[in-house]
Amino acid sequence: MLEVRLHQQSPIPLEVAFTCPPGETLALVGPSGSGKTTVLKTIAGLYRRATGLLRVGGRTWLDSERGIALPARARAVGMVFQSYALFPHLSVLENVLEAACGDSGEARLRQALDKIASVHLSGLEQRRPQELSGGQQQRVALARALAREPAVLLLDEPFSAVDQVTRERLYEELAGMRRQLSIPVVLVTHSISEAQMLADRLVVLHHGRTLQEGSPREVLRQPASIEVAKLLGQKNIFRGVIERHDHDAALTTLRWGEVALRAPLAAGHALGAEVSWMIPAGLVVMQRPDRSPPRETENPVTGRIEDLTELGEATLVTLSFANCPDRLGFPVSTHAAQRYGLAKGATLGVSLLSEGLHLFSA
Amino acid sequence: MDWTALTVSLKLAAATLLVLIPAGLFLARALAWHRFRGRAWLEAALTLPLVLPPTVLGYYLLTGMGAGSPLGAWFQGIFGAPLAFSFTALVLASVIFNLPFALIPMQRAFEAIPREVLEAAQSCGMSRARTLWRIELPLAWPGIISAVVMCAAHTIGEFGVVLMVGGSIPGETRTIAIAIYDRVQAFDLQAAGVMSAALLFLSLAALAFTSRVGGTRLTRP
Repeated sequence: MLEVRLHQQSPIPLEVAFTCPPGETLALVGPSGSGKTTVLKTIAGLYRRATGLLRVGGRTWLDSERGIALPARARAVGMVFQSYALFPHLSVLENVLEAACGDSGEARLRQALDKIASVHLSGLEQRRPQELSGGQQQRVALARALAREPAVLLLDEPFSAVDQVTRERLYEELAGMRRQLSIPVVLVTHSISEAQMLADRLVVLHHGRTLQEGSPREVLRQPASIEVAKLLGQKNIFRGVIERHDHDAALTTLRWGEVALRAPLAAGHALGAEVSWMIPAGLVVMQRPDRSPPRETENPVTGRIEDLTELGEATLVTLSFANCPDRLGFPVSTHAAQRYGLAKGATLGVSLLSEGLHLFSA
Repeated sequence: MDWTALTVSLKLAAATLLVLIPAGLFLARALAWHRFRGRAWLEAALTLPLVLPPTVLGYYLLTGMGAGSPLGAWFQGIFGAPLAFSFTALVLASVIFNLPFALIPMQRAFEAIPREVLEAAQSCGMSRARTLWRIELPLAWPGIISAVVMCAAHTIGEFGVVLMVGGSIPGETRTIAIAIYDRVQAFDLQAAGVMSAALLFLSLAALAFTSRVGGTRLTRP
């Protein structure tokens, strides 16, 4: 279990606490400057200004109150740096050997060769880093990080320096590999989709503070605040008025402009109260013109297509509504947009899936 | 060719490197990676020999090592011989006037090592000594070679400071640069010419080698 509690006043304030059990991947997400990398480097012992408590697998690495602060070289971390930070003058094997542990030279060599094989780089042991592709360099960095038999694996934006195709292949490999790892894995990323794909849990950071912690689904669908929702890229955030609570059906009815929307029961809000609410773009579903109208719980809404932006395989649709200044954005597949002849100015019906409506606490 | 003078010059270069390179490595690393109060002043002081006229530097060194100075008196008390105009004084002076030639290329070389590479060494569990030996020195190697070659060439060629501090005692402080001056004074232009050509070739070869290995070029105003 990795247990982290960190504080710092300056140069950037830090107030972060989380835990990560073995075998779990936790993603620290947030915009640039939110303190993600500082947290990671503090765990690794490479940044020493933050105070607090750090425990890994029963061992204390940092306990400011008791004056404990192990140096980086004494912490069993496997760290993959954003730039990989391979030793440029050493071969792949030598890079991994520097981190390999074992009682004898032979054991270390076996360990290094094993790790190189595990990242599918056998045969390239004698190559120098500059003779490898970006993806291969990233694998060497991963092999080197794992060669130390670390108590925690730290990944600092490990996919930011590779092209899209390589990145997707590496995602799959890492996803496969992390199932076999029985240590906590902490991933720093500014990409929500990356975090969603690879992590079991997200910790959202902003200005050095933990804003929310939870499963990717929970954090994305039920952000704790508008601030979190915006940080996670949610754009469909609106204001509405609580109209009714139906405890039997576990639904709350929300007035949004001219329509009444059904949301999961949020009885904490008083009737008549004005609240902020959101719906993830992925839970706005286009109504097919050739199908019967959706049920009421699917919150049918009709608007006018204000904008269509084609982004490769997906097309981003923006809807506007009569007597309501809000704009609703959602993606449809470009194929569907073409098949149903979506065009600017046309009328379009959508469903705001009831389960996806989230009402923010006041 | 004054072989004795050449031997003095080579001995002086060897002694200078023996003192200056280890000390320079330590200083260059500190200047490359650490921010501390007074760093700018320290850097300026260490670079001063580049811009000071050799006679000015020689004057201060001579007065600093004279029998009346604390250092001179201390040396005389311990070794029973004056410091000024000795080979030891020459080595001391040579170390000081070579400081920028050793420090600048080494400092630049250490600065060029990416911070994350050094952090990776720590995260790999490498000890300080192993990191120095396996990572820092190999990566800074071109700068270190530059420093060695520049210092050696500069020591062999230095004239002003050497004359001020060492005088021209054959076999003790008369270096090849001073021997050339002496030969010209004695109208022995052929001997002066041979030695000048030797120094010219040596300097050119050193610069070419440095440029090839380190890419660091130094110019003296």
